[in-house]
Amino acid sequence: MRLSRKDLLDIESLSPAEIELILETTSSFKEINTRTIKKVPTLRGRMVINFFFENSTRTRTSFEIAAKRLSADAINISASVSSISKGETLLDTVRNLQAMAPDILVMRHAASGAPHFVAERLQASVVNAGDGIHEHPTQALLDAFTILESKRRLDGLKVVIAGDLLHSRVFRSNVRLLTKMGSKVVVTGPPTLIPPAVEQLGATVSPTMEQALVDADVVMMLRVQQERMEAAFFPSVREYFRLYGLTAERLERARPDVILMHPGPMNRGLEIDSSVADGNFSVILDQVTNGVAVRMAVLYLLAGASGTEESGNSQ
Amino acid sequence: MTRLLLKNVRLVDPAQGLDENGDLLMSNGKVEAFGKNLPALNAKIIPATGKVAVPGFIDLHVHLREPGFEYKETITTGTAAAVAGGFTAVATMANTNPPNDCAAVTEFILKRAAEAANARVYPIGSITKGIEGQELAEIGEMVEAGIVAISDDGYPVKDIAVMRRALEYATQFNIPVIEHCETPELHPGGVMNEGYWSTSLGLRGIPTASEEISVKRNVVLAELTGARFHIAHLSSKGALEIVRLAKDKGLAVTCEVTPHHLLLTDKSVKGYDPNTKMKPPLCTEEDRQALLEGLRDGTVDAIATDHAPHHQDEKDQEFDEAPFGIVGLETAVSLCLHHLVGTGLISLSRLIELLSSSPARIVKVDGGNLKLGAPADVTLLDLEQTHVVDPSKFLSRGRNTPFEGSELRGTVCATIVGGDIKWADEKILD
Repeated sequence: MRLSRKDLLDIESLSPAEIELILETTSSFKEINTRTIKKVPTLRGRMVINFFFENSTRTRTSFEIAAKRLSADAINISASVSSISKGETLLDTVRNLQAMAPDILVMRHAASGAPHFVAERLQASVVNAGDGIHEHPTQALLDAFTILESKRRLDGLKVVIAGDLLHSRVFRSNVRLLTKMGSKVVVTGPPTLIPPAVEQLGATVSPTMEQALVDADVVMMLRVQQERMEAAFFPSVREYFRLYGLTAERLERARPDVILMHPGPMNRGLEIDSSVADGNFSVILDQVTNGVAVRMAVLYLLAGASGTEESGNSQ
Repeated sequence: MTRLLLKNVRLVDPAQGLDENGDLLMSNGKVEAFGKNLPALNAKIIPATGKVAVPGFIDLHVHLREPGFEYKETITTGTAAAVAGGFTAVATMANTNPPNDCAAVTEFILKRAAEAANARVYPIGSITKGIEGQELAEIGEMVEAGIVAISDDGYPVKDIAVMRRALEYATQFNIPVIEHCETPELHPGGVMNEGYWSTSLGLRGIPTASEEISVKRNVVLAELTGARFHIAHLSSKGALEIVRLAKDKGLAVTCEVTPHHLLLTDKSVKGYDPNTKMKPPLCTEEDRQALLEGLRDGTVDAIATDHAPHHQDEKDQEFDEAPFGIVGLETAVSLCLHHLVGTGLISLSRLIELLSSSPARIVKVDGGNLKLGAPADVTLLDLEQTHVVDPSKFLSRGRNTPFEGSELRGTVCATIVGGDIKWADEKILD
């Protein structure tokens, strides 16, 4: 099995069948990560370039580990050491990378649509590892996988996504994936951080944290992205936490088997209280673990593994 | 001076309420006669059976980029593009480097335009020195040098007292103040219309309120001062409504719309094509329909291109990084013929009015009609001929158009300025 597409740019263009394929493939790769020898030869001889124009530790490391566990050659480039700081255009950078014949370019960029721009001009597959405030498709896939591990389904679940929706690519990918798969998505946050026409993405807006959380199966807290805010969207950290911070008391409104997620990095004491973040409902570190398996699946499915190897179980 | 005879042409001139077949004779740069079977005498004869002769089109809003940005466009290439697109005259914006904020720059522009000898060029002076929004430019001297209006296009005049004084000051010259109506402080980093598509694409939005607030503010100032006020590239339903009310009140307020705002919506931004990035941004279908209604009911006075050439290297970037604007001179007429007249949304004569007599009236220049003795500025159209938009063939240095590959019915076959053929397709010159 493989994805019949060159790139993974967004969840918007994925069909439910493609999402299911990626999630099923993730299951078979997850087992590899529990072995003593965590490596398969599936992508031997393939080159994966991780090109990060924005700072990232978790996602970049996750992609790098995924590539290495598949035996691909993983190269990391970050904007601070690249020619970008010398004034080179994105188009020229991409042409130069193409000249070195990579198989897959994993790309993070501050401009929404930058991976789409690159994918149109590059023969290699492009994986969007987060573009501006647009999408972060592998995050939504690993979130879905994490939900499935605990709930066994996505259909019919009530998923609450709360906080800084406006600046969140994680939100934009998750709302698309979850609604495609039949979940009910309820969002809440300060009105200044809710993007216009958000209902048209399939979300229901709840006016308060308290109302949103009632009978939730899943709660996703979003990071308040102060680095993307050109001005104050709320008066103070104190007031934000008071109105929208996730506390143990608030979480009691959710279902007793609720799971709590956060894409990281967390602002403890801003959008989430430490006692909840580190508490029993939290699957935040499972998300990170599953991130590697999801990215292995994506790299594998895009590279096509056109050789003799079949799935991640090959040795 | 050569004499030119358009033989057996359909003449459509809304200014005279004329739509008739006949011969159009031009001599000494003027319209000399129109009638059946005019004697050719020593005139050059252009057989024009099946073609339509209309008053030469006037584009109120272009950026010729010279001086300062010759790598984007020059007065020579921009006016060549104008005549290739059926425009016999263009009004060029002041945001050059140096800006057209004094008579010396105005004179330079007119000198270069005379050397180019393509379309007529009407310079627009800046409102403020250096387009900095602070002190009034030497408007009177620029009027003497030949400007037809003032505008800080691209940089809305933020200081309300400066705008008030500009409007008051302009009244003595009876020239319009043209404003790019935007309230930039409302939407830092905005690159497209704010709404569903900006949310979906993760691009920062510009709400139509940005335009409406500025239109409203300036219309109120126009009423206070009695000045002539013209709104550049009006794009939103709300702003149009404000103009409609202003006109009902009898204020000297006019507005133009661009072909791209009449034909495209913010949905076109999907795919992140930098050629869908312009200011004001493409709005919603509701806004677009309102603009079309404005064409029909007369609220919209003119169609202007906001021809904004950029170098390919600048435009071929991430959406956030690419500059705002698209070219329009070589596509506008065919787009309007195909999508507005061809579909029956407006009549041919209304389109001609929007592109000729009405803009001439706004900037008070000769032309815009083909009455006897009027300048022999004529655009010759073939309403049936189709062509495909091919930016590689543009005479403009700018290739930045979202309409590449569009197949359009309705083509400019010749452009005559002052009785001289400045541009014609091969078939006409044969």
